[in-house]
Amino acid sequence: MNRLPRWLLVALAIGPAAGLLVFFAWPFVTLAVEAVNASSVGDTLGRASTWEVLWFTAWQAVVSTIATIVIGLAPAYVLARFDFRGRTVLVGLLTAMFVLPTVVMGAAFLALLPDSLDRTVWAVLGAHVVFNLAVVVRVVGSLWGHLPTDMEAAAATLGASRWQVATQISLPLVRPAVTAAATIVFLFTFTSYGVIRILGAPGTRTIEVEVWRRATQLGDIGGAAVLALLQLAVLVGLVWWSGVAQRRHAQAIGLLPVAARRRPRRGGERRIVGVVAGATLVVAATPLVALVVRSFATPTGWSTAAWTGLGRAEIRPGIRTGVDPVDATFNSLVNAAWATAIAVVIGALASLAIVAAGRAGRALDGGLMLPLATSAVTIGFGMLITFDTDPVDWRASWWLVPVGHALIAVPFVVRTCVAVLRSVDPAMTNAAATLGASPTRAWLATIVPFLWRPLAAGGALAAAISLGEFGATSLLSRSGGETMPIAIEQLLGRTGSVLQAQGFVLATLLAATTVILVVVVERFQSPPTRRSRP
Amino acid sequence: MSETPVSGRFAHRFGGRWSALGVAVALAVGLAACGSDDDASTGATDISSASTDSVTLVTYDSFPDANTSLNDALAEFGAENGIEVDILVAGDTGTMLSKASLTAGNPEGDVMWGVDNASLSRAIDDEVFEPYVARAIADGTIDIAPEFLDLVPNGEATPVDYGDVCVNYDIDWYAERNLDPPTSFTDLTDPAYAGQLVVQNAATSSPGLAFLLATIHEYGLEGWQDYWSRLGQNGVEVVDSWNQAYYERFTWAGGGPTPMVVSYGSSPPAEVIFAEPPRDDAPTGVIEDTCFRQVEFAGVLRGTDAPDAARVLVDFLISDRFQRELALNLFVYPTNQAVDLPQEFVDFAVVPETSRTLDPTLIDAERSTWIDEWTELVLG
Amino acid sequence: MNDHPGLDVRNVTVTFEAPRARVNHVLDGVSLSVEAGHVVALLGPSGSGKSTLLRVIAGIVVPDDGRVFVHGVDVTELPTHRRGVGMVFQDNQLFPHLSVLENVAFGPKMAGAPRSERTERASRWLRRVGLAGFDDRRVTDLSGGEAKRVALARTLAAEPVVVLLDEPLTGLDRELHDQLAVDLAAMLRDARATALLVTHDHDEADTIADRTVQLADL
Repeated sequence: MNRLPRWLLVALAIGPAAGLLVFFAWPFVTLAVEAVNASSVGDTLGRASTWEVLWFTAWQAVVSTIATIVIGLAPAYVLARFDFRGRTVLVGLLTAMFVLPTVVMGAAFLALLPDSLDRTVWAVLGAHVVFNLAVVVRVVGSLWGHLPTDMEAAAATLGASRWQVATQISLPLVRPAVTAAATIVFLFTFTSYGVIRILGAPGTRTIEVEVWRRATQLGDIGGAAVLALLQLAVLVGLVWWSGVAQRRHAQAIGLLPVAARRRPRRGGERRIVGVVAGATLVVAATPLVALVVRSFATPTGWSTAAWTGLGRAEIRPGIRTGVDPVDATFNSLVNAAWATAIAVVIGALASLAIVAAGRAGRALDGGLMLPLATSAVTIGFGMLITFDTDPVDWRASWWLVPVGHALIAVPFVVRTCVAVLRSVDPAMTNAAATLGASPTRAWLATIVPFLWRPLAAGGALAAAISLGEFGATSLLSRSGGETMPIAIEQLLGRTGSVLQAQGFVLATLLAATTVILVVVVERFQSPPTRRSRP
Repeated sequence: MSETPVSGRFAHRFGGRWSALGVAVALAVGLAACGSDDDASTGATDISSASTDSVTLVTYDSFPDANTSLNDALAEFGAENGIEVDILVAGDTGTMLSKASLTAGNPEGDVMWGVDNASLSRAIDDEVFEPYVARAIADGTIDIAPEFLDLVPNGEATPVDYGDVCVNYDIDWYAERNLDPPTSFTDLTDPAYAGQLVVQNAATSSPGLAFLLATIHEYGLEGWQDYWSRLGQNGVEVVDSWNQAYYERFTWAGGGPTPMVVSYGSSPPAEVIFAEPPRDDAPTGVIEDTCFRQVEFAGVLRGTDAPDAARVLVDFLISDRFQRELALNLFVYPTNQAVDLPQEFVDFAVVPETSRTLDPTLIDAERSTWIDEWTELVLG
Repeated sequence: MNDHPGLDVRNVTVTFEAPRARVNHVLDGVSLSVEAGHVVALLGPSGSGKSTLLRVIAGIVVPDDGRVFVHGVDVTELPTHRRGVGMVFQDNQLFPHLSVLENVAFGPKMAGAPRSERTERASRWLRRVGLAGFDDRRVTDLSGGEAKRVALARTLAAEPVVVLLDEPLTGLDRELHDQLAVDLAAMLRDARATALLVTHDHDEADTIADRTVQLADL
């Protein structure tokens, strides 16, 4: 057999596996022990507020999900079925919205909405919908674009109007994709954190926010741990249900190999496409425009003061805010550099191991995905309460934050790389072997060279994730080590106009950087592995 | 979730070698970490030469970090002792203490300024401090009121200042409306004063907590919740920090919309001192009935890298040189009784005849329950 | 019934923009008439535009020029569902999320028939195509011949004014093909439908249709 030697597989897998065990599995166990040990279970479950928080978390997620699906279906249909000028730009814009950091999204809505709507649940729901539109458009749209158009034509020849075709044929057929999209949106909104921290009133708390509040403000570590596990239980249950539901509604349909898009015909069709595309553009673009505009706004008119004078604002002689936007930007860049370096190295090793190692490879793959299923706050919290005693008291270590970011970014690097490596034709390796190359030589010559491009894409993605990461960072960062998202949240939490404008400046910078990185990702991603979300 | 089966399968695949290798890698990572850890803290605190020690003073966000006589005093101390003092602002007191609890033993700095009597027991329970009382107090060379020292019977920290947390109001705002400012807790729930009060979050801010304790003192263990619901119905606003409440929401100092704010009995002299143009009367008043006594402490953080320099700094913080700067910079009273107060302070600061206070053991036992209940009730 | 032909296609032209900006004339000024109640077979090699003509008649493809009349009414501007034109697709296009009965009852349902009536009509058509007892089967479980019968029943149950059949018997084995051709001829005659059958099989055309035309001659 042309199998790679065992020592090589072990050498590849050992780093990623060890990192996963030390920085994810161990904190997770600590968290579970903390939760079970304490009398906290009784206290937490017996407290009315726990159930109120759970109820709010659930209902806002349900409402956000339903609204996102309902609002997203029209653009999903139009973008999947029609070709028109600006279509690519619109799809790109929606994708950009989705990859923006949560705090930036919150900041954009704060900038957009009138004061009367700021810090209300409406603001939160609105941000959730706009944020997640891309999920519906891409997940549902990709199926919708490939549905056999003749099936809809068949319904029409049987007397079904356009509306009847949509409700009786198309929607039932895209239902598995709708279920998938709804699950993703629900997961994101159920664990919503950055958006709520920025846009929610002090009493607006998801479980995620409550975990942070109990851990960092009330010092109720046990209670926070119980809530984190409660949330995890809900998430796991939901993912399981979604799998079942998708299998149950799966239809054997012959999908079109290429999405059937055409230019709109007739006045009516043109109007529908125009209105839907226009409305989508307005919904997606205005928050970003508002963000930029507000960074120039002062009570006395337009000014670039917040941009040129970006720094710790003085409130009174000698008294300044605790957070320095310039330092925060610097900290973010340093963190992102390290997080990217770690994620790229670990991700490359893991990808090679996963592709080469069969069953154990799949186990490693699954293991590295776990941090994604766990919420970011839970990861940060677990690390915070695990690495707090000698010899592993790493709370003051500069690398703890980048390691947390890398934990969240590695799955994306791995997914990007594995997809490409798996598509390498095995015939090539075999050909190399027949030319006399040992399995290791053949592997080095035929597999490894394909790693660099997806790795570059994965690296850019990791950098974007690190720059925008808020959940884990809000528990792990220390005074003076604030990152851009942390600074944005703190500045926008203030009412002084200078501070607010500085918050919007930082959010604009972060948004621009993220978009640039995503463009880099798209560049480096070869077409067959183009994925719908980072 | 699927954690157990995954790692289970993995372990099986790699057999017995797995655990040994894992430990080895974890150790290697740990060693690398310890090595670079020192570099990091060196970089952060700017120790450039071996001859100068450096200590980081962790403090709340209304503590000036440059350009005041308070900072001059710290600079003098630095020059004389070869110890550079860096100021690290860690948010309002509640936030600062929460961070200190989570980082106990591996602190963000060396000395902490500003934990108050309402939160002190939490700091002590979480072992935030390495017990140390300024040497001059231990020696008896400085006079400090015994009731302050009684709060730290085991010498956990040093009482450095005190004051009163009281509701302040904008005198002109009420005069323009021909409205008498409120004089009691009950008045604050009067619809005539609806939407006119901003308070701090009791979970994140020390004056916020002090104000909550004052209401508990007034209405008792069973009655304060009802009072706060009425206050809520009357449109009380809650923000996270004193800075935010005073400098951003208060009509007088922040140009905000709210004419009453929870602040200090010593805030009025500040308004006189900083007035532009100068004035000889205080623009803000104090509702004496609402005042709650607050004592602040400084202590050496457990786990500091520079315990000796940290102790020397605490000694300095209680000295005449530093204590005499407190009144006009932090608007609190020095605990060092040898220090004279500036004239503006004597003239305009309000010292209530009787400040409210609660038994420290009661505060210790009930604080987290109260904060929890208050959060449900007011922020719910 | 009036004197107009059941189906009248006049001067239909369809062009597709092919890659590299070449304009490809699929249909160039095609005219065709089918007398009411008659079945006409349209023959032509594959790729000659037979299917496109059916799609123009059904309103699925918009012609660049020309008009379509059904019983003298100009339907060129009408959407598909209001033309009264039914179509059997080459690959059936059964709805995978509906049962066999629901597929056949779809037309009556769109016409607003009450549940009992449409079930009754669908059952009758299923019996007619020899699929009694198939009501609750999933369409994905059917054999090729069964699926074709369901597609026929579904189209005829909608009682269209004009029936279009796009190579309906292609891909079935010989025996099944011949059997179905005879059945189909009988069904169309019973229904007195105006029908246009597209095929490339002369024998099939002779069995089912009253008259055969070559696309090339139109």
